[in-house]
Amino acid sequence: MSKQRSDYPGSRWDKFFRWLHGEYDPFAGMLETKRPEEHQAPPPLDPSAFDLCAAEQKGDDVDHSRQIRRFRILYKLLSCVLCVSISIILLVTVANLPHFGDPAAPANNEVSQRYIEKGLQETGAVNIVTGMILDYRAFDTFGESTVLFCAACCVLILLRIDDSGRAKAEEHDQIYEPKNDLILEQAARILFPFIMLFGVYIVLNGHLSPGGGFSGGAIMGAGLILYLNAFGFQKTQRFFTEKTFRYISLGALMFYCCAKSYSFFTGANHLPSGIPLGTPGAILSSGLIFYLNICVGLVVACTMYAFFVMFRKGGF
Amino acid sequence: MPFVCNFPFFSIVLSMFCGIVSSVLSGKNAKKLSIGLLCVNLCLSASVLAYTLSSGESYVYMMGHFPAPWGNEIRAGVLEGVLASFFCVIMLLALVGGLRHIAQEIESGKQNLYFIMVDLLLASLLALIYTNDLFTAYVFVEINTIAACGMIMIRQTGRSYVAAARYMVMSLLGSGLFLISLSTLYGLTGQLLMTPAQGAVAALRASGQYMEPLTVTIALMTVGLAIKSGLYPFHSWMPETYGYSTASSSAILSSLVSKGYIILLIKIYYRVLGSESIMHGKIVNLLFVFGLAGMIMGSISAIRESDIRRMIAFSSVAQIGYIYMGLGLGTEAGVIASLFHILSHAASKGLLFISATGLSDVSGGSKRFKDLRGAGYRNPMAAAGFTVGAMSMVGLPLFAGFISKLLFATAGVQDPTKMLPTLICLAVSTVLNTVYFLRTVLTIFTPVDADAASKAKARQITRGFSLKLSVLCFIVLNLVLGLFSDPIVEALQSGLHMFS
Repeated sequence: MSKQRSDYPGSRWDKFFRWLHGEYDPFAGMLETKRPEEHQAPPPLDPSAFDLCAAEQKGDDVDHSRQIRRFRILYKLLSCVLCVSISIILLVTVANLPHFGDPAAPANNEVSQRYIEKGLQETGAVNIVTGMILDYRAFDTFGESTVLFCAACCVLILLRIDDSGRAKAEEHDQIYEPKNDLILEQAARILFPFIMLFGVYIVLNGHLSPGGGFSGGAIMGAGLILYLNAFGFQKTQRFFTEKTFRYISLGALMFYCCAKSYSFFTGANHLPSGIPLGTPGAILSSGLIFYLNICVGLVVACTMYAFFVMFRKGGF
Repeated sequence: MPFVCNFPFFSIVLSMFCGIVSSVLSGKNAKKLSIGLLCVNLCLSASVLAYTLSSGESYVYMMGHFPAPWGNEIRAGVLEGVLASFFCVIMLLALVGGLRHIAQEIESGKQNLYFIMVDLLLASLLALIYTNDLFTAYVFVEINTIAACGMIMIRQTGRSYVAAARYMVMSLLGSGLFLISLSTLYGLTGQLLMTPAQGAVAALRASGQYMEPLTVTIALMTVGLAIKSGLYPFHSWMPETYGYSTASSSAILSSLVSKGYIILLIKIYYRVLGSESIMHGKIVNLLFVFGLAGMIMGSISAIRESDIRRMIAFSSVAQIGYIYMGLGLGTEAGVIASLFHILSHAASKGLLFISATGLSDVSGGSKRFKDLRGAGYRNPMAAAGFTVGAMSMVGLPLFAGFISKLLFATAGVQDPTKMLPTLICLAVSTVLNTVYFLRTVLTIFTPVDADAASKAKARQITRGFSLKLSVLCFIVLNLVLGLFSDPIVEALQSGLHMFS
């Protein structure tokens, strides 16, 4: 009979066997444990917001009625027939259109000829696309900027939360937002200046090289969104609030409106506009186009940023 | 060029400018600005009308330093003047009539957004009326659609969101078809300005080249604009949209927004595609058939409704049917009847929506017929307005609706094959109109016992002066259209001649 060791209780083997029998927990008292929060029932939903669903539930058993099932099958069948026939009609139409690049096509007429041949001379813009949209057809482009403004206002109607709901939305935003992400922050710190610089370059060079207000503004808006995602609202609020958004769009659109109204008015009344076109190719050339490009760029950038912010928490 | 020629341009740009400025104004100031803008625009359009009537011809206005095939252009004639002045009046009255509801139903921080939408909608309607450029028309169709959506959903109830989503889907489908047709048309003609495009289309027809794409273009354009204006099989968004948005929005949308597209369609027919070949082509027969179907089916759906606003909305389906039926007759008299009906329907539909709101205000805010019983004694002005609107819709003499039905019937008998269907459908539709409007008028004038009346009155929203004023002006407008229709019809006729 071997001698029983006196230091057995408390040894590793003792602990191991006791752990196997479930008497010992090696981690007891060593870990920070947290009791799960008690499940809270969500606040009762406002029934008026869901009256359509309620009405549907009260109505017939939609999924098991034979009539409704037949109707649905017929509906799907007819939709397929309709889609296929419309596609065929459109494809046949496209096949019958003048061929792309055909020199005899009706689209190659005196209109595009003048844009190409005299565009530089008449608008002062090396990039004739910019010359077309901001000088020959500037009224349409003003309409397009207003479409953006109108869409931004609609998003405000739909998503902006008033002050009472703001605090809750902010709380919500902080829970779900992974902030202080080191990789994102460092990457944004390096990329953000370049993105903005590139956007500004594209806007300012709109009349000289491919680009212009719409594309440059989109790049600047994307840069702002990246900055917001990396550093959070507290940092962006220092330079971009709702007020900034409103006044920048207001200023840009009002400048566009006034400048172009002046040019429309003088043009229609056959008065000289008195705006020098400058030397083609210089940065300060092509009359109003340079400034209009800046306006369009600002509107587009602000609108993109506002869309993102509205969708994220309903306020700046 | 006299200074008055600048006015169409001023009125469009001024509306856009006011919309932009309203974004930094408070709700109250934005409201004042909108109302002021509508008054100014009314004066400007009226002077354009007076000028074109006296000069007897239309003029084009260069938007910039470049002439027709290169730069943008707008154009003004008698028809444009009549429509622009009329639209300003209707919009002003509809807005004034619903001011109290705008204040109550829209969140205070978003009131100025509503007036931005009103200003931009006005700008887009004026641009659709005045434009002489196909792509400008498309840009302003976009503004029109987005602004209308904003006006629907700004009430921020579940129903108005659903209505806005439905409207958006249908309207974007229409815009998409319209855009496809514009691009094929550009591919075929290489022109975006209406005047040179007309020449190019005529040359295409003469040479007989590319006829299939041209036919598809005409069809897509017609179907796209018909979807956007709510012609019968595409009307499903109408009852929701007009039933659940705020009163002014319903009135403006039903009386003006859907009409803007019809005017654009007529303009494109006359100014681009060539009225002769369109009117003798097959596409008008399509419009004729669907117009007739809309006249009957809209009225039948209206009879089945138990909600007053939805009933009026279904009546709009029928009235849009009338307008397309007139276009479908394929004669000049038919088009003039349609144009007159655009005016008379706008005058009576705006009146109906505004006074129906007045009636439901004194019935505890309910729009159900059972709650509206006796509402005529609680708000006599709104009841009078509703009765006048109903009589005009049915087509009793003295009111605007009578003249338009008379014009439709007169235009109908000129065409031997289309005469019988036109007259039969007009008669049937009139009887159906009478059924549901008479029922409503009887309901609101059915006496109720004093107890229920006082209960309803206790819950009523305070009646406003603005609603009474608006209803009164609408009644006068209806009577003017009904009693002094001759000069208006003549103006429409001369305007249409200036088109081609």
